[in-house]
Amino acid sequence: MAEKIYDVIVVGGGPAGLAAAVGAKEAGAKDVLIVERDVSLGGILQQCIHPGFGLKYFNEELSGPEYAYRFIEKVKASDIEVKLDTMVLEVGDHSVVGINPKDGLFVAQGKSIVLAMGCRERTRGAIMTPGTRPAGVYTAGAAQRLVNRQNMMVGKKVVILGSGDIGMIMARRMTLEGAKVLAVAELMDYTAGLTRNRVQCLDDFGIPLLLSHTIVEIKGNKRVEGVVIAEVDPATKQPIKGTEVLYECDTLLLSCGLIPENELTKEAGIKINPITNGPEVNQFMQTSYEYVFACGNVVHVNDLVDNVTDESLRAGQYAAQYALGTLPKAKEIPSVTGNNVRYICPQRICPDAPAKLFFRAAAPKLGVTMKAYADDKEIFSKKLIKINPGEMEHIEVKPEDMQGVSSIRIEVV
Amino acid sequence: MKKTDVVIIGAGAVGSALARELSKYKLDVTVVEKNADIGGDSSKSNSAIIHTGYDAKPGTLESQLVVAANPMYDEICKDLDIPFKRIGAILPAFNDEQMEQLPAIKHKAMMNRVYDVEYKTGAELLEMEPELNPEVKGGLYIPRESIIDPFLFCIALAENAADNGVKFELATKVIGIDQKDGAVTTVKTDKGDIECKYIINAAGLYCDEIASFVGKNDYYVTPRKGQFYILDKKTSCKVRTIVLPIPTKVTKGKLMCPTMHGNMLVGPTAEDLLDKTDKSTNKEGLDSIAADVRKMIPNVNLRDSITQYCGLRAQRNPEGLNIDMYDDLKGYVNISGVRSTGLTNSVAVAKYVADLLIESGMKAEPKTDFIKTRKGTPHFAELSAEEKAELIAKDPRYGNVICRCETITEGQICDAIHRTLGATTVDGVKRRVRAGMGRCQGGFCGPRVIEIIARELGISPDEVCKNDKGSEMLKGFVR
Repeated sequence: MAEKIYDVIVVGGGPAGLAAAVGAKEAGAKDVLIVERDVSLGGILQQCIHPGFGLKYFNEELSGPEYAYRFIEKVKASDIEVKLDTMVLEVGDHSVVGINPKDGLFVAQGKSIVLAMGCRERTRGAIMTPGTRPAGVYTAGAAQRLVNRQNMMVGKKVVILGSGDIGMIMARRMTLEGAKVLAVAELMDYTAGLTRNRVQCLDDFGIPLLLSHTIVEIKGNKRVEGVVIAEVDPATKQPIKGTEVLYECDTLLLSCGLIPENELTKEAGIKINPITNGPEVNQFMQTSYEYVFACGNVVHVNDLVDNVTDESLRAGQYAAQYALGTLPKAKEIPSVTGNNVRYICPQRICPDAPAKLFFRAAAPKLGVTMKAYADDKEIFSKKLIKINPGEMEHIEVKPEDMQGVSSIRIEVV
Repeated sequence: MKKTDVVIIGAGAVGSALARELSKYKLDVTVVEKNADIGGDSSKSNSAIIHTGYDAKPGTLESQLVVAANPMYDEICKDLDIPFKRIGAILPAFNDEQMEQLPAIKHKAMMNRVYDVEYKTGAELLEMEPELNPEVKGGLYIPRESIIDPFLFCIALAENAADNGVKFELATKVIGIDQKDGAVTTVKTDKGDIECKYIINAAGLYCDEIASFVGKNDYYVTPRKGQFYILDKKTSCKVRTIVLPIPTKVTKGKLMCPTMHGNMLVGPTAEDLLDKTDKSTNKEGLDSIAADVRKMIPNVNLRDSITQYCGLRAQRNPEGLNIDMYDDLKGYVNISGVRSTGLTNSVAVAKYVADLLIESGMKAEPKTDFIKTRKGTPHFAELSAEEKAELIAKDPRYGNVICRCETITEGQICDAIHRTLGATTVDGVKRRVRAGMGRCQGGFCGPRVIEIIARELGISPDEVCKNDKGSEMLKGFVR
């Protein structure tokens, strides 16, 4: 194999990887490589044929493939190298080990590496839904791929468990394709996904949303024949006896949460945050290994691709700066979660540079104030009509507010 | 009408082992299986343990055959190119009452001629299994208790049998047996009749129903459900051996052990049912596993479960392994009472039945060209870098990773489809090469596996089934 050393190697060619590569190139990196396991760039965006992308970043409404296309064009217009159909098996010391039918097993050397592997869906096994194990149980994303990319119908009579964005979008998609969506059941007493998706995908199509409900049994030996839905006690989340209702259906789609895909990250020994399940990063998107950066859903699950793009462009820039030796090293302080804050990303902050702190609330609440504190001094305060764990918020912190402090805390009160 | 010498009913562990055993002789053998694939019902959903027989009822046929079978596995698994590990089992005792039970268990092992069972101190057990409840006082160690891949085991036996000339009629259900002048003549199936001289009933859970076709159902079979958890390979709390509870009067109890592929297996429950098709898990059962296993392994992390499944043991009433031939019905062998030890004793049952048939006068001349070995699908992930490169150079499809969790390549999936008795279904691929067995449970590779099966078999994607007919993965095309 050639002795070439890339400035930046990007693992994953979805929205995060594309923006990271573009960002790295714009920041002056010479040799940039994207390694993508699918047959084309764009990642999950390629199966997201619905609109709603780009409202923030491009100020216009695009479909997933259209949004991806804009970045793919940028990659094509540059001399960024792309390896498609290629699975990365290992992230090593300034290197990645990959495999594809053409090159076989190869090692690529890089001065910095950007992890942009995205996330995967929680499965039936992970949520432990009891019952039989027939055909017709799909995660919403797998079903989306089958319907939108392989042109196959996964079922005709559908129940959806979980009100994640993909689940709600698939409720609309299946309806448009002539399937009957009987209900969306959600364990929590609020929707997991964006409000706009609840309105546009469920309410507008008259699909019932059953909050504080779950599936207690899957029926059918060969193909799904039905699911039993029961109400849960909002406090304990345990099914309430006597509330079981059988929904006869041939398909169950699961939209019960996304998990950052960090097999490679963990194997490499990079520090993982137990709440986000992604690598801990600073505002430069630098992981616990200073030459490894990470961005997009592999770090924490985003609700808008626009945010992923923004974050990933920066990750690419900083990865390029690191490769070129211009990224400053500094002492870092932690970001700390206060009242009603589930997590903050980045977890570490370099006080000498401005930082955008993204966070999610732990529980939905109306009429709140989000606040940031440098140690005990309030440095930011903003009133919000409501806060919802399904919608990410952020606070920007300036260097002058962080000098000499030991941590930055965010609270929602 | 099809004609054959011997019909074996059922392609579970016993049927498959019998097929391979009889393929050593100059006989025409046909296996009839109602399911779309090899592996039966109980043989594919169990604890995947090859037992020593230390706890069998001394003096029974079951005890003799399990004890005889255990030492056969090293060679069989080597010949069939399937994984097998002698990891040993421990029986830890956590209180005086349990300690007092140990001598009786050890004595029973001696009665069964399992002479290598040893006492261990609490400290020794904790050294062997650091995750054990530290209150452990002492226990027993059974070194030859072993683990196997139950799917591959049945499939490999059947494949090797097929390579030696045995015919397999899959997705074919036996609906009757004809006899004439006190001897069997024909097996009637939903796909036509098969004329034969010998019939071996190896139908496991359904052996009473087959026996009823010839009036030899002087017993009945009820299913005993066992539910299990499979935990992620990376789960926070792992064991190295098979950790067994001290049995109570009611049940052998719930165990925790590694699987052949590095996952953790936790279970099973024991629930007596009547419905032989009830393969559903339930919350009560799964919760009871958690409660029981935590007594032995306090930190077992069931939140790391990637799947849960249920198997049905064939409970014979009255109980006990029985292998019968009849004076008034020549050519018919009835195997009943194959239960949790069935996976283990299948290979001994096969030899026993073959001998029984030969003793009864069946003409069976040994073949001189029996193919003893089988070459499995390459385990791509376990190969060295050089071996990987070589394989990809020979067949580029080995460079295309389809199942990311288990690193299974397109080359392996195509091999699973095109080899002898190859996979025709999504579960068939999964059980042969593990695509979809990992932590995402086919979320990523599922749609791709459907495409590959359709392409390789030349069928439409909406004809691809999960397992049996009626389990189609898809419902037609989009508008």
